[in-house]
Amino acid sequence: MPHMIRAERVSLQYQNKQVLEDISFNLEGGKIYGLLGRNGAGKTSLLSVLSAFVKATSGSITIDGQPIFENAALMEQMVFIRDVKLDEESGKAKKYIKDLSIFRPNFDLDYAEHLMQRFKLPTDTEVSKLSRGMQSALHVIIGLASRCPITIFDEAYLGMDAPAREIFYEEVLNDFMEHPRTIILSTHLISEMESMFEEVLIIDQGELILHEEAEILRDSGVSVTGAVEQVDYFVQGKHILKEQVLGGTKLVMLYGQLSEQEREEAKAMQLSLGPITLQELFIHLTKEDKQ
Amino acid sequence: MRSSLDENKPIFQQIREMIEDDIVNGNLKEEEQAPSTNQLVAYYKINPATVLKGFNQLVDAGILYKKRGVGMFVAAGAHQMLREQRKQAFQEQYVSSMLHEADKLGITIEEIKNMIDASKGRDN
Repeated sequence: MPHMIRAERVSLQYQNKQVLEDISFNLEGGKIYGLLGRNGAGKTSLLSVLSAFVKATSGSITIDGQPIFENAALMEQMVFIRDVKLDEESGKAKKYIKDLSIFRPNFDLDYAEHLMQRFKLPTDTEVSKLSRGMQSALHVIIGLASRCPITIFDEAYLGMDAPAREIFYEEVLNDFMEHPRTIILSTHLISEMESMFEEVLIIDQGELILHEEAEILRDSGVSVTGAVEQVDYFVQGKHILKEQVLGGTKLVMLYGQLSEQEREEAKAMQLSLGPITLQELFIHLTKEDKQ
Repeated sequence: MRSSLDENKPIFQQIREMIEDDIVNGNLKEEEQAPSTNQLVAYYKINPATVLKGFNQLVDAGILYKKRGVGMFVAAGAHQMLREQRKQAFQEQYVSSMLHEADKLGITIEEIKNMIDASKGRDN
């Protein structure tokens, strides 16, 4: 049974700054979730509260109905991986992994070994001497091989180059199929990762602005192109994400699906309709001019 | 199979279309096994639930059927069924829009027929 994660009206203040504001959601678990947000949107804060590294100023996080804060039994079920520098760590990479594995009841050392080979991690090098990319790989290896029912990666792959990220994506999907669990990945590399997600949460300026199935989201924007007046008439009263004019032609991106009738109407007005990508949707939903 | 996915379209729909294409052009024959979820997940790096959604639609449409513990197989009659569907779609997607565009440009049906003959002659 996957664990149900529930956030209820979570807010976080940090040195008089409102970092998270009134965030509520339910994750039924057993899925791969994408947490998307721009830099500074509050992704790390939210994941830190979610994994009980930080206590929310108000509101609560529960797993299967139990509050997570200072709950040792639940903490064992959860791993939170961040791309922190390990420049102070002495000891070799292999030993570092082994030492950490003791705290993880499901840790699979053989799988960790396999991952070390795939990422070409120099296991006999001291952790502090590893390159940025290899330190990222080390974090990721621990995150995956821990096989925790709730596995959270907070942009843990940022230090990796493109080929290493590919390996990471492959391993996440593969291991998820063999050992189903709840995996939460935060990122702003949307076009690269969006196809991995079953559900997507978008936060912006500390607020949760959207939580939706990825496939529905991929289908919830539409671009309308045509003569300026016709387009203006058609998009009246609709949720406009972006407008662009080139000569007598106008392109408008809309959020939300069009009804069959609206599609017919657009066709009759000789407007052309097209899809918009999740990346575009994200960019326009999280623009700065909100306030 | 395609080398990559189009990020403008729901992925389950692309999975469905890809398998349909393979059946229509004979790469996947009736009673043959369709690619597995694991293969598609690994190849395109996509969420397994998304692949399943595409497969389930094909099962509901009678194109694929499930053999428990083995995988998905192409149903008997799938080829014919898809061809019929595509033929209908062909009229809507290509013929109607061609006539619409021809109308805009003042091209007569006679001229269109000549163009088709000319194109055919060139291709053969």
